[in-house]
Amino acid sequence: MNADPRGVLTGAHFLSGNEAACEGALAAGCRFVAGYPITPSTDIVERIAERVPTLGGTFIQMEDEIASSIAIQGAVWAGQKAMTVTSGPGFSLMMEHIGLAVITETPCVFINVQRGGPSTGLPTLPGQADLMQARWGSHGDYEVIALSPNSPQECFEMTVEAFNLAEKYRTPVFLMSDECVGHMTEKVVIPPAAEIEIYPRRYTALPPSEYQPYRPEADLVPQMIKAGDGYRIHVTGLTHDERGYPVISAECQAQLVPRLVDKIRCNAGDIVAVEEHNIEDGGIVLVSFGITSRVAFRAMEMARAKGRRVGMLRLRTIWPFPEERIRELAEGTRAFVVAEMNLGQMVYEVERCSGGRAKTLLAPHAGGTVHSPQQILDVIEEAAR
Amino acid sequence: MSFDHPVESLLRMDRMPHIWCPGCGIGTSVNCFTRALLDSKLNLDKVAIVSGIGCTGRVAGYLRLDSFHTTHGRAIPFATGLKLGNPDLKVIVYSGDGDLIAIGGNHFIHAARRNMDLMVVCVNNFNYAMTGGQVGPTTPVTAIGTTAPYGSFEPPFNLPYLAESCGATYIARWTTFHVRQLARTYAEALTRKGFVFIEVISPCPELYGRRNRLGAVVDMTKFYKEKSVVRHNAPTKEVGIGLQGEIVVGKFVDQPQPTYLEAMTEQMQAKLGDRFVPAEVAS
Repeated sequence: MNADPRGVLTGAHFLSGNEAACEGALAAGCRFVAGYPITPSTDIVERIAERVPTLGGTFIQMEDEIASSIAIQGAVWAGQKAMTVTSGPGFSLMMEHIGLAVITETPCVFINVQRGGPSTGLPTLPGQADLMQARWGSHGDYEVIALSPNSPQECFEMTVEAFNLAEKYRTPVFLMSDECVGHMTEKVVIPPAAEIEIYPRRYTALPPSEYQPYRPEADLVPQMIKAGDGYRIHVTGLTHDERGYPVISAECQAQLVPRLVDKIRCNAGDIVAVEEHNIEDGGIVLVSFGITSRVAFRAMEMARAKGRRVGMLRLRTIWPFPEERIRELAEGTRAFVVAEMNLGQMVYEVERCSGGRAKTLLAPHAGGTVHSPQQILDVIEEAAR
Repeated sequence: MSFDHPVESLLRMDRMPHIWCPGCGIGTSVNCFTRALLDSKLNLDKVAIVSGIGCTGRVAGYLRLDSFHTTHGRAIPFATGLKLGNPDLKVIVYSGDGDLIAIGGNHFIHAARRNMDLMVVCVNNFNYAMTGGQVGPTTPVTAIGTTAPYGSFEPPFNLPYLAESCGATYIARWTTFHVRQLARTYAEALTRKGFVFIEVISPCPELYGRRNRLGAVVDMTKFYKEKSVVRHNAPTKEVGIGLQGEIVVGKFVDQPQPTYLEAMTEQMQAKLGDRFVPAEVAS
C-alpha cells in the first residue's frame, strides 16, 4: 500500500537529519511517539510534538526512557505504528524493552542518535559506539534489524524503511543515526505519498476461533491482531506457545527462540543492503557506515588519486550483518580497512566473516568528531604495505 | 443446573490450575473483579488488562480478555500506550505491590499525576512472594522477610496517601475478607474516569504469613475481619498499615478531575481549533 498523504511533506526541503527522520516516521504512518528529552535526539520529538496533533496522532513525553520504550509497545497493540527516539544513556535504559518487543513480536522503531559514551560521555558530539549494544544489549538470544543513514535524505528514507521492516518481520528496528547526521542540514526530497511504499501490519483474516497468535507463516512471522477486536489474546514476555500461553520448558524455548532468530537470519537476503564503489579484485576494501562512510569515501578518492586500488563497501544495514558479501569479497581482497567512530566493533564482524582470508585493519576513532580523511588514508597505506 | 463457576466465561480455563498457593488472596480479588466486570455494561471485547511481574502479575494471563503480561514494574507505561493508542479501550492494570510501587513506582506516580485513564489494582501482600518472600516497599516495620531476616526497619509506603498526593481521583482499599464491598468498589470504579486506584490487602500465608507467624489463611482472614475499620473518606495520611495493627478500609477519594485525554483535547482544541485531530486507530 501507499503512504497516507496527510502525513507526507512532499517536496524539496532543507532539513536536518533529525527533522528528516521525523518526516520519515510520519510518512511511514507512525502516529504514536513516546519519548524523553535527550541530546542530541530531542529535536526529533520536538518536531513530532508539533506535527502529530493535526494528524490524528499522539506524542507523550514519558517519565523516562524505560517508560517510553514500553508505551510504544502498548500503542502498537492498540493498532498504532509507533516509535521512540533517544541517544546513548537513554538507549541503555531501553534494553529491557527491546527484549520484550523481540519476544512478543511487536513491530516498533527505535531511533538512536548516537553520541560519544560511555555513560554521559559526549552529549553534544557524535559517536558510533552503540552498534554492539543494539545487537546484544538486551539479555537472551535474539536478532534485530539496524540501519545506518549517512545523510538527512537517508534519515527520511531509512526511517520509512525501518517501519516497513518492523511490520514485515514483526521485530524492533533501529535507526542508528548519530549526532553528525542528525544535525547536518541538507536537501531532502520527499516524494509524493503515492510513491512511498508502506508495508501494512500483518493482521490476520482468521476469525477468533481459528486464530493462534504465535503460529508462524511460511516466512516464520505470525499474523497479528489488535486489542479491542474481540480476539481476547494473551501476550507475554515469558516463553510462550503458539496460543501465546506461557510454557516454562526447554521444549517450548526450542520452538520459540530459534524461530525468533531465524525469521531474521533466514530472511537476511531480503533485509541486508550495502553500497559498493570501485571494488576490484586484489584491491583494498574500505568498510564503513553512517557519517564515517562520507569521510571514508574521501579517503578512498585520495588513495585512488595516488594509484592505490581501493574500493568501498558501505553498510546501509548494520544488523543483520552483511556476512555473505564480506565472505565473497574476502576471497579476492588484499585487505579490509574498517573505518568506524569507535575503538573496534564492526571490525570484529568483518574479521569473523573474512575468516583469515584477508587481513582486517581498523581505522578507529574515539568519537567527538569525525575522522580526518588522512587518518583513514594512513590505515589504507598500512594495509597496502 | 449448571456446575460452571459463575465467572468461568471470563477465565482462561485451559490455563487452569493457576500457580497461586493455597490460601493466597489474589484469586479472591480476581473473583470480585470478574463479577464486577460481568455485571458491568462494558463491552468486554474493549476491555484490556495489563500486568507486570510477580504473583499478581499472573492475573492478566488467566483472564479471557485482551491481556498483556509485560515486564517488571512497567505495566502502567504499557497500559498508557495502549489507552492512548486506542482511547475506546477500557484499560485495567492489575499487579502487585513490589511491581507497581518499587520497581514501577516512578510510572505509578506519573500516571497518577497525569490522571491517566487507567484503573490500577494493587494486590498488596506486603512482600515479594514470587521470588520467595523478600521485603518490599509495603512491608511493615519489624516484619521478617528473607532479605530482612532480623526484621524490616524501613518505613513502608502508605499507598492511598501516595496515590492521592500524586493526583489519583478515585482511591479505595479493602481486604480479601471484604468480598462484597470489594466487588462493589470494582463495579463503581469501572464507571470512573481518570486514574483510579484500588488497594487489595491480601494474605500470603505460605511466605509472609508463615515467616511472620501470622497463622494460616483462616487466621489471617479472621484478623482482617477483626482488625479492619471501615472509614469512608478517611484522610489518606491516616491509613498507613503497621504489622498486625488496624487496617482502615473504605473509599477514601472520589473526586473526578479532567483526565489526561480530556485535558489534552481541551488544550489542543484551544490552540489548534479545527486543525486538531483526535487519535485515530488505523484499520
